[in-house]
Amino acid sequence: MRLDKTELALVGLAVVLMLAGTLAAPGWLIFLITVALAKALVVQGVVMQMKAGLVSFGQGLFYCVGGYAVGMGGQFLGLNAGLVLLALGVIAAVVLAMVLGLLLTRYREIFFAMLSLAFSMILYGVLVKSQELGSTDGFNVKAWTLLGRTIEGGEQATHTVFILTVLTAATVAFILHRFYRSAMGMTCEAIRENEVRVEFLGLSPRWINYANYVAAAAVSALGGGLTALATGHVDPDMAYWTTSGEFVFIALLGGTGSVFAPFLAAIVFALVRTYAIEFLPNAWQMILGFTLLGIVVFLPKGLWSLFTRRAVAPVPSSSPTNARTGGVRA
Amino acid sequence: MKTVRSMTTPRPGRLAAGVAAVALASTMLTGAAGAAENGKFRIGIVTFLSGPAAGPFGIPSANAAKAIVEGLNKGALPAPYNTKGINGAEIEAVIIDEAGGATKQVEEFRNLVQRQKVDAVVGYISSGDCLAIAPVAEELKALTVFYDCGTSRLFNDDSKPKYAFRTGLDAAVDNIGAARYLAATKPNITKIAGIQQNYAWGQDSWSDFTLALAQTMPKVKVVENQMPKVFQGQYGAEISALSVKKPEVVHSSFWGGDMEAFVLQANARGLLDDATVVLTCGESALDRFKDQAPNGTIIGGRGPFGAFAPQNALNTWFVKAYTDTYSMAPTYPATKMAQAILGLKAAAEKAGASAGTVPVMDAIADAFKGSTFESVSGTVKMDRADGHQALQPISYGTYKYDPKTGKATIENVITFSGECVTPPDGTASDAWIKAGFPGAKCN
Repeated sequence: MRLDKTELALVGLAVVLMLAGTLAAPGWLIFLITVALAKALVVQGVVMQMKAGLVSFGQGLFYCVGGYAVGMGGQFLGLNAGLVLLALGVIAAVVLAMVLGLLLTRYREIFFAMLSLAFSMILYGVLVKSQELGSTDGFNVKAWTLLGRTIEGGEQATHTVFILTVLTAATVAFILHRFYRSAMGMTCEAIRENEVRVEFLGLSPRWINYANYVAAAAVSALGGGLTALATGHVDPDMAYWTTSGEFVFIALLGGTGSVFAPFLAAIVFALVRTYAIEFLPNAWQMILGFTLLGIVVFLPKGLWSLFTRRAVAPVPSSSPTNARTGGVRA
Repeated sequence: MKTVRSMTTPRPGRLAAGVAAVALASTMLTGAAGAAENGKFRIGIVTFLSGPAAGPFGIPSANAAKAIVEGLNKGALPAPYNTKGINGAEIEAVIIDEAGGATKQVEEFRNLVQRQKVDAVVGYISSGDCLAIAPVAEELKALTVFYDCGTSRLFNDDSKPKYAFRTGLDAAVDNIGAARYLAATKPNITKIAGIQQNYAWGQDSWSDFTLALAQTMPKVKVVENQMPKVFQGQYGAEISALSVKKPEVVHSSFWGGDMEAFVLQANARGLLDDATVVLTCGESALDRFKDQAPNGTIIGGRGPFGAFAPQNALNTWFVKAYTDTYSMAPTYPATKMAQAILGLKAAAEKAGASAGTVPVMDAIADAFKGSTFESVSGTVKMDRADGHQALQPISYGTYKYDPKTGKATIENVITFSGECVTPPDGTASDAWIKAGFPGAKCN
């Protein structure tokens, strides 16, 4: 297996992050990065669909399913193996996405966005009415184990979830990077540019979107499960539309230029937010708003455009299609 | 295809530079913040500064925290809190916003403890936040005082708290108190209805209230309960549904803008001509109802707080200090915040560190456990949940508005002792109510 530069960078960064995190970083920063990376997985799900021209305003649905699977698996099924709980979330999300996808993939643009939002709000409504699940208060995740070792509280727990999250995120990013360069990944971009042409090539945009939607659900559920393991609590807010909005926000912040972009954007978002809360407790939302405004105005292709070659310009033959591939269609 | 790849492949040099920049920035910022070694007693105050709970609860709480901290730093409070700061160390309050959900609050709690190095955290209105924070407080061994959230599950879910305390009362107490107040003042009613916000608070309140009512007034029939979604604001349909059942009493756990909107609309629609409404959180809008709430409306303040707080030197000082700065009397969330900080001061000074120094968290936690301290609401005993949960009386009374002075007061106050409305340790509140309040000692 030959690794390209991105893949090498991915492996290198994951190793550096794990070493730096466990050896040097303070506890709060490790936790912040853990949650940011877990959320970035949900953002990856959003970006997967953005690449195919669809903006999901309901990715919180699968984030919530992943989280609740971890919580409920421990609470009601007596499962406590962390990896089994994560897998449970992925399976639940995939099954749900396979059903919802049948309907959702018929729609495009704002109709897709609104319908995806509607489904996540239905889950929110159901959870709010479930008193056994603590309604809006949610409930705590029971103690869990990883490969037979009980994860007790304290530094060890923080580090374990951190390493688990970094490994999962790196693996998913690796697969996604390969996927984006595969024939099907490229077809997703082609669908965004011109669906009719794709059909005339003999491919079915609908089923490609369907597969993409289900895969995005699985990735997002992993993010939800890891967040639940890290914070130890799940509540219906995970499916609320503002949560989904945050994922779209982070996706726009990063751009669709690389698999790194959502991770970078999620960490930057978390750092900006926590310092905004610390220094401007009454106006932190404004700082986040100005940050997004600044990104949209000055870096329309997201933070990632800082790291790509300002190239394309020296290649006079580049078509408008290619010039747009790296960008965000906001 | 080639262009695509060159676009999406990062330049390794720039990537490394970017990562280094982020890492550097975060270390620099860490250095700037972590300075609990300044000898001050740093308290993290977490309450809603934005969103619907900010107006009625969060802002009054934050104001109370500022008033109390300023007063303590000047040594202006009456005895037994007439010493400066906490254990002689100046208090520094770090106030942050509770909005944003439990995941974010867990993250910010860790930031407060590990980055800002606070010596204690006082806060949390939302029950979901309390549930999520409690295990993290134990994990980080961080002294945490929950001042307002009411969930009965806080110290129930197989938890053995050491560092988490709650100086506010369990929400079950509100509703047991409301059921007892009705039994004492309106023994002849037969039909009762309810309207609650459809989320954990409303659902739990109604279930506790109906269970308690079945014990205190077994003959009363519950004729209707409406559960509109939270922050709905318009209650026309619900008021009609309640009106047709002709209840004599309507119980509501509404709070904030929803409560004021409901009272205004129900009054205009005539529902309140025939029915008396019981508002378990009514005290928080005492100065805002004016002539919109009919006289005789039964209101509570979630304990002996706000307008229900007793006349004592501490409360007199607090009401004056608060009113002077914020030109309105403190409501119950403000009293509760003041109480939490006073409880913390009392415990820290009992911890036995030499004067002028900040005691270690373990020592404060040991001293806090099972302690008894004087507060703006009278004497508080940390007598439940193995010494981690406050035990206090609860009061209800009726609303009385004087159009001449434009002032509202509360009359016909009945106060039920803590032992009368709080389950003993080891018994869940719903089980205790269903069993008929075994062991309750009522005055």
